[in-house]
Amino acid sequence: MSEGKAHITNYSTLAMVLGSLLVLTWATVSITSINLGPWSVTAALLIALLKATLVLLYFMHLKFDSKLLKISFTAVIVVFFLVILLTFFDYLFR
Amino acid sequence: MGPQTYNSFFTVHGIIMIFVIVIPGLPAVFGNFFLPIMIGARDVIFPKLNLLSWYLYVLGILTVLTSLFTFGGAPDTGWTFYAPYSFKTTTNMFPAVLGAFILGFSSILTGLNFITTIHRMRAPGMKFSNMPLFVWSIYGTGWIQLFATPIVGITLMMVIAERFLHIGFFDPALGGDPVLYQHLFWIYSHPAVYIMILPAMGVISEIIPTFARKGIFGYNAIVASTMAIAVVGYFVWAHHMFTSGMSTTAQFTFSLLTFLVAIPSAIKVFNWVATLYKGSIRIEVPLIWALGFMFLFMIGGFTGLFLGSVATDVHVHNTSFVVAHFHYIIFGGMGSAFMAAAHYWLPKMYGRMYNKFWATVGWATFFIGFNVLYFPMFILGYQGMPRRYYDYLGQFHNLNVVSTIGSWILATGLIITIVNLIRGARNGPKAGMNPWEGRTLEWTVPSPPPPENFDVIPDLTSTSTAH
Amino acid sequence: METITNVHRDDEASKLGMWLFIFTEILLFGGLFIVYSIYRFNNAVAFHLAGEELNDTIGIINTVILLTSSMTVAMSLTAMQKGNIRLCLGMIAVTVLLGLVFLTNKYFEWGIKFEHGLYPGSAFLKELGHGDIMFFGLYFMMTGLHALHIIVGLTILVVVAVFIRKGRIRPDKYAFLENGGLYWHLVDLIWIFLFPLFYLIH
Ligand SMILES: [Cu+2]
Repeated sequence: MSEGKAHITNYSTLAMVLGSLLVLTWATVSITSINLGPWSVTAALLIALLKATLVLLYFMHLKFDSKLLKISFTAVIVVFFLVILLTFFDYLFR
Repeated sequence: MGPQTYNSFFTVHGIIMIFVIVIPGLPAVFGNFFLPIMIGARDVIFPKLNLLSWYLYVLGILTVLTSLFTFGGAPDTGWTFYAPYSFKTTTNMFPAVLGAFILGFSSILTGLNFITTIHRMRAPGMKFSNMPLFVWSIYGTGWIQLFATPIVGITLMMVIAERFLHIGFFDPALGGDPVLYQHLFWIYSHPAVYIMILPAMGVISEIIPTFARKGIFGYNAIVASTMAIAVVGYFVWAHHMFTSGMSTTAQFTFSLLTFLVAIPSAIKVFNWVATLYKGSIRIEVPLIWALGFMFLFMIGGFTGLFLGSVATDVHVHNTSFVVAHFHYIIFGGMGSAFMAAAHYWLPKMYGRMYNKFWATVGWATFFIGFNVLYFPMFILGYQGMPRRYYDYLGQFHNLNVVSTIGSWILATGLIITIVNLIRGARNGPKAGMNPWEGRTLEWTVPSPPPPENFDVIPDLTSTSTAH
Repeated sequence: METITNVHRDDEASKLGMWLFIFTEILLFGGLFIVYSIYRFNNAVAFHLAGEELNDTIGIINTVILLTSSMTVAMSLTAMQKGNIRLCLGMIAVTVLLGLVFLTNKYFEWGIKFEHGLYPGSAFLKELGHGDIMFFGLYFMMTGLHALHIIVGLTILVVVAVFIRKGRIRPDKYAFLENGGLYWHLVDLIWIFLFPLFYLIH
């Protein structure tokens, strides 16, 4: 079976991704140190999502992987959020 | 039998039947054997992982069994391990919970193996669009196993942590919420009933067209309903908790979703009946078991709707109505499908045919016994007899006696069937390569199949249908 | 028609298998994240205050360590693909080292919590109230499970290194290295969420 040649990620790309991750870490630390009330949770989680996306796409190579992996990974995340949402249907309205 | 013994009995019965027998049953026995053959492969893709999964399975069983014989006594919480009782009882919860965890791990590895096999090992020309329906059902099941089992895994780990460290996760005295335990438990355990029933539906979808001697009616609809069950079935869990103190919004939502998941099941039944319609039907033992499946599964399914709507559920909740519903689906449904599969594929697996007369007698006895045993429970439950009580009021006496007699008839039927199958496998007459004129790939290899299934991997690119 | 005479290698399949396993790991932690979100919702103020007990600096240092180790393990794969075995082994060594430093930090961090009487079931914690009990219960459960995964990940990486030295992982056969790397990234991925949820949001 021919899958085509494996994609090789450059050292420089990896270093740049790490750079962005560190910048985002700095950003989340500074944002949460100012009191934004409930928004600091939102901000921190959004930045975490961004960081996770970077790790997934470049470090874990998902950007260059098969469609099957991309779709099924998205499915895992969607299912997980729907489960949280449905659980909160109970707790929000008790 | 005292109350404590009774509690242990229904608990251990639940744990063993659900985690050890019913969840792995069809995939482990027939999936392992026929999944590779039906897609034209020599084996599953990770044979070593498969072996590991088997070792974990055995280890899980042994761990569960130690809970019976060591000090502390057999667990008494029911198979649901509801908190907070599950970490307060002095009985042997730890081995039981750990055993369930290990069995879950084994189940995950099986699902992972099957999904990868289906994606990577299909013979040339075997596309997703013409894959046998049993394989499709195993595929859907695999995804549920992967998505649902980890949740119960972590929940069981939390119960273990709770017992040893007293963290308080589900302990109201420390700020924990027992209802959250129920959420987490059922996030797995409702999809688990689809892990049990989807392969059964797959078996039926193979058997019906073979004996109707025509193609399955609505192949695409059955495939779509399989996947729909896998997806929607994941989001209905809290219908087990209508009386647990959940918010009314959640009750409404989960009731609605539960009714939605009934639709794909109904589509399947419709398609099976439509396949039989105007077919040139050949009455053979596997078909009889399959028809029994449809009958019992439909009773189970319709009574499920009573339980899925909040108002009626409040009335019959935790009564023997639930017990009857569940056993109609799992024992009547999955059990019948297992027997149908055994009678369908035994000639292939052992190359020999069983005695058809005794097989029919066995089925008839089972079918009568089953209904005599479980149907009265619907009535009893409706009248208010609670489940999991070791004693009952005098007014429930007569129907309970009927039920008990039914259990003897059922047991006789099962014994006849199993003895007949074993005798057939040992020294029945030679069955030949294709006794049922089946059209899937397993009927193109000798019975029993050679160790690597195929000398030459089949090529289906030129043939139009495999299903 | 393709006739396959002997068992052939399918790297794509082992990668798919690994990813499916990672899905289950994500959902395993997912269960704990559900519990966290519910109890945070129930005890918003207490979680807010309890979060201040944790040492941000250790959290930040450990975050930087894990992110860096994630890059080095990715680089080891690139090195292997390019045929540079020495660099590959070096990168794995750095990763393992960083992992050990992470665990050491964790050890001291937990130690301090125990000294302050902040551990599950302690009398001091019980006096603090329900929200704190839940916060620290979840803190120990989630970071504990995460640390367990780090230990597993380190073991896998050591085995990978041994395999490279024995030549069982080569520039034309590196699926095991790739999958071991994926596992290590998973550990990083989970920490990315644990860090803000426990250390920062207060
Ligand atoms: Cu259910």
